Amino acid sequence: MTAQQKPLDEGEYNFAYLDEQTKRMIRRAILKGIAVPGYQVPFASREMPMPYGWGTGGVQVTASILGADDCLKVIDQGSDDTTNAVAIRGFFEKTAGVETTFETSKASIIQTRHRIPEKDLREDQIIVFQVPIPEPLRFLEPRETETRKMHALEEYGLMHVKLYEDIAKNGHIATTYAYPVLVNNRYVMDPSPTPKFDNPKIDKMAALQLYGAGREKRIYAIPPYTEVKSLDFEDYPFEVQKFDKPCGLCGAENVYLDEVILDDKGGRMFVCSDSDYCEERREAGHLGPMAADPNAMTLAGGTSDQHSEEPAR
Amino acid sequence: MYVAVKGGEKAIRNAHQLLTKRRRGDTGVPALTLDQIAEQLAISVARVMGEGSLYDEQLAALAIKQARGDLIEAAFLIRAYRTTLPRFGYSQPIDTGKMLVERRISATYKDLPGGQLLGPTFDYSHRLLDFALAAEADGEIEAPVRRTPIDEPMPRVTDLLDDEGLMEADPVSAEDAPVGDLTREPLSFPADRDLRLQNLARGDEGFLLSLAYSSQRGYGRTHPFTGEIRYGAVEVEFFAEELGFAVSLGTIKVTECQMVNQFQGTAKSSPKFTRGYGLVFGQVERKAMAMSMVDRALRWEELGEEQVAPVQDTEFVMSHSDNIQATGFVEHLKLPHYVDFQAELELVRRMRGEWFAAREAEEKASRNQKEAAE
Ligand SMILES: [Zn+2]
Repeated sequence: MTAQQKPLDEGEYNFAYLDEQTKRMIRRAILKGIAVPGYQVPFASREMPMPYGWGTGGVQVTASILGADDCLKVIDQGSDDTTNAVAIRGFFEKTAGVETTFETSKASIIQTRHRIPEKDLREDQIIVFQVPIPEPLRFLEPRETETRKMHALEEYGLMHVKLYEDIAKNGHIATTYAYPVLVNNRYVMDPSPTPKFDNPKIDKMAALQLYGAGREKRIYAIPPYTEVKSLDFEDYPFEVQKFDKPCGLCGAENVYLDEVILDDKGGRMFVCSDSDYCEERREAGHLGPMAADPNAMTLAGGTSDQHSEEPAR
Repeated sequence: MYVAVKGGEKAIRNAHQLLTKRRRGDTGVPALTLDQIAEQLAISVARVMGEGSLYDEQLAALAIKQARGDLIEAAFLIRAYRTTLPRFGYSQPIDTGKMLVERRISATYKDLPGGQLLGPTFDYSHRLLDFALAAEADGEIEAPVRRTPIDEPMPRVTDLLDDEGLMEADPVSAEDAPVGDLTREPLSFPADRDLRLQNLARGDEGFLLSLAYSSQRGYGRTHPFTGEIRYGAVEVEFFAEELGFAVSLGTIKVTECQMVNQFQGTAKSSPKFTRGYGLVFGQVERKAMAMSMVDRALRWEELGEEQVAPVQDTEFVMSHSDNIQATGFVEHLKLPHYVDFQAELELVRRMRGEWFAAREAEEKASRNQKEAAE
């Protein structure tokens, strides 16, 4: 125990990094979460080799359900090529050696931060969300002891008051992401900071949804085909964001778009946030109004040399 | 702007390669050795071992080197390593009464059995930069005069004063009572003192220091006196089931602080001196003291005191003491958030549109009114 030389090599890690005991503990929490949809299950979150707040919850959930024959897709902001998605995908390539993909339809597990793919997910797929603050009531009541009580008693008045005040003040609900939902007519749940545009996708989704919050040590789940309702009022029904233009590159409509600044003179265009969806459409011959502009293509990260970074395995 | 983060794999690789180069600095300057760090930056090493929750000087030294001296990053490296280590079980409680003491002071008693022993300390030094150190040569340093070891035992100050009932006794728990462990079970509130102490022992030195300081300035007063601080080596023993007895695993160096607090009594508890407890790896004395003050403040409920200050708020203190959690979440703001920002852009544009439209309507109305009046 005193200062003595030790072998300091990285050593061998278990498949997908976590030891089997830990995975079993996490799988138990997942099963409980599936049994009680939308309920936040406490779990003994481990310290991971990436920082808290950078996806440790999602990574632990993925590590616990990942098998050798799974095919993993990791996205952040809808894209496979964002830095943190690259880092997390690399982590599983290194520690689990599983096949990875950019293609939504090819993946058996999709880990995501802030988006849900545009393409409908299937029953044989699982989507894992990275969650920073799992408690939908947190910014109304900072104390965990209180919010747990509120969930137990189905005491959600505070949330409705907040939404009502929004309407009274702004004429509409001023929540654009992490928009609270009611799961299976019982638990109010935070769908993670996805834009409210994605909320309709989590209602009766065919795929299993798992949510992992590492720092806050909570796991929750929505089983396939569960009813998930975005909170609203009869006279102020829930609405999603609408974009008045199609994707500049692939021409897609009714998808979530990123605003890309083209120059310092106010030039901008809107492109699909789901980069795989956009690419697939372009390959199928769909072209948007900006597709011919090489500058736009490069800035949007839509150049063909992206293909060369597609994982080979 | 937004696309800049879509850097992909190559950018990450290049950035890390640059970090490696920057970490090493000028290669004309000799590289730091782990022994140099462990020997000469011992308090940094102790802090990293404490907040990283793993007692291993060489690993902590390696983490400090890898982290370019960023001690929170180093503690994070240690935590991430620690989580992969197999668990054999829990050690026997260490006995600080049997410590091989290098330093022991009491601010409440001028003399006490075993005496006061100043030991290696910055206290009473004049904080003047020692320019001679800038050109320190390798070689011998004049041997300090040390007290000849005496056989007299050095009981813990709080064990000395119990005959009058003036000092609250150490809480006794059953031999086989389970030990709370927040690294194995998710924390829930209210949390018992064992979990609170574990949380504080892993907590950030700066956070605990500020909380303790706030309690001295009127936010939850606890009237503290330093009953005793002792620093030295203690043996760690592990009860081996196969052998049927405890075996020594080695020694660790710890600092223990017993803060003694005047207490006027409440309906729940008689007037007496109460205590706060601090224990840290190595000679991280500031943290041991801060920890003991925060521990005492968090005991308000058990002693029937009123809760008035942040330092007494168990959920607030325990939820925010861990600097690995804190730094991760604060720094995660560097990650791309452009999907959510896009949603907010749309909202703010809309709200601005409504705001300007409303103002224009108002101005028009007041103009019309004015014209009508004229
Ligand atoms: Zn598109």
